[in-house]
Amino acid sequence: MTAIRFEGVSKQFGGYTAIQNVDLDVSAGAFVSVVGPSGCGKSTLLNLAAGLTEPSAGLVSIFGDPLNGLNRRAGYMFQQDALLPWKTVSANVSLGLRFRNAPDAESQARDWIARVGLQNFADAYPSQLSGGMRKRVAMAQSWIVNPDILLMDEPFSALDVHTRLRMESELLTLWTASPKTVLFVTHDLEEALALADEVVVLSAGPASRVVNRYAVDLPRPRDLIDIRTEPRFAELYRQIWADLREEVLASYERES
Amino acid sequence: MNAKAKPPIPMGVWQVLLGIAILASWQELANAGKLDKFFFSRPTDIAARIVDWVRTGSIWPHLIVTMEEAALAFALGAASGMIFGFALARAPRLGQLFDPYIRVLNALPRVVLAPIFLLWFGLGIWSKVVLGVTVVFFIVFFNTHQGVREVDPVVVNNARMLGASEWQLVRHVLIPSALTWVFSSLHISIGFAMIAVVVGEYLGAARGVGYLISQAEGTFDTTGVFAGMVVLSAVVLVIGWGVNRLEHWLLRWKA
Repeated sequence: MTAIRFEGVSKQFGGYTAIQNVDLDVSAGAFVSVVGPSGCGKSTLLNLAAGLTEPSAGLVSIFGDPLNGLNRRAGYMFQQDALLPWKTVSANVSLGLRFRNAPDAESQARDWIARVGLQNFADAYPSQLSGGMRKRVAMAQSWIVNPDILLMDEPFSALDVHTRLRMESELLTLWTASPKTVLFVTHDLEEALALADEVVVLSAGPASRVVNRYAVDLPRPRDLIDIRTEPRFAELYRQIWADLREEVLASYERES
Repeated sequence: MNAKAKPPIPMGVWQVLLGIAILASWQELANAGKLDKFFFSRPTDIAARIVDWVRTGSIWPHLIVTMEEAALAFALGAASGMIFGFALARAPRLGQLFDPYIRVLNALPRVVLAPIFLLWFGLGIWSKVVLGVTVVFFIVFFNTHQGVREVDPVVVNNARMLGASEWQLVRHVLIPSALTWVFSSLHISIGFAMIAVVVGEYLGAARGVGYLISQAEGTFDTTGVFAGMVVLSAVVLVIGWGVNRLEHWLLRWKA
């Protein structure tokens, strides 16, 4: 079963072509990372899958149906802070359920807040939390509505290395407990490799396309602390980096 | 003992000393006849007048009327400003249609409307309330408009992805965002409401602190004018303090 399918998808913003003729299948239940140099249209790809923007050409289908308007089966974790700053942690976490008028929104929110380790901060406002804590709230907020697909746009890029490692582990734990299709965008190849079943390399923008796809055959469950020192990890890293490096260099050239 | 060990005198002490110095020299100059008491009155006379007003209770009806007018002007102005600001921000074509007219009306010095409102609404409280509304409306209108348009698109997209309907988006994202702007302009709008109604009373009324001042002026009672001003400033300061607390509470989610 294919959860997300891009068929010949292009997207233009005015005269600027962000992505050009992208074909990509994401199977249901897979964890797919998309890497590429900055400005290569990774976020555009997610916004297309979310239905927040429409393709200029080509077709996006979700579980076989052409996407029309917002993708109701997807959750989205944004790169920036997207929490509602005037709502407490518990109001933010329960938001999606209250939008659906779920009767047990409050108790489910309590469970999720405990699951991400913030039980002492249920009544705090986002501005009172650290960056890592806000990401946990965002994670609980998007997972609580139990979407079939999770779109993640460099969700941990603003965090320090150690907090980031913890968040990645928590994400994998959550994903193992309830396997969802994850499309995870990052510019960090290590992160992409450590988390995903498959790594997709995008070319430097403008007019990005899929350069190559790599299956990541590292066994699960993965221990993110040690996985980076495993020989197979290093081997895959070298292989993919050979591709990615070209694109990164190309993006340098275009910027200078 | 060296100089460093001495604790510095707190700023508050200096501030009080400055006030005392100003009042004392005013008093002395007036006593010595360098300042004409007829034009400048004396601090002790002004204080005595205020004590007298409070003791006999003659100030309360005026003060209550002024506060009532200001409160009504604020409530009506804020409500209409929010509704219009919201509607015009959500319907951009409507916003464009009204834009030049709103600019023209806002450019008008509101004081010139006072006489026409006196004619239309009479000497009672409503002419002052309406004058106050014309001031408060625009402040709140512009802030609401801004608040709705400047809401973070990422927050909006997040709410939409979480399944918000149009109305839920308005209720949970757009209104709170607009209210942030309105709350942070509470000070200005309440202060301006106060000024507007006092100006209205000054130009024609049967009651109110503005009326009190204009009556005193009409009888060359300088002490009464100053006493009225002191009462007015004190009231505005107290309200300002209350608004500060309220704003702090309403915007408690801000860092």
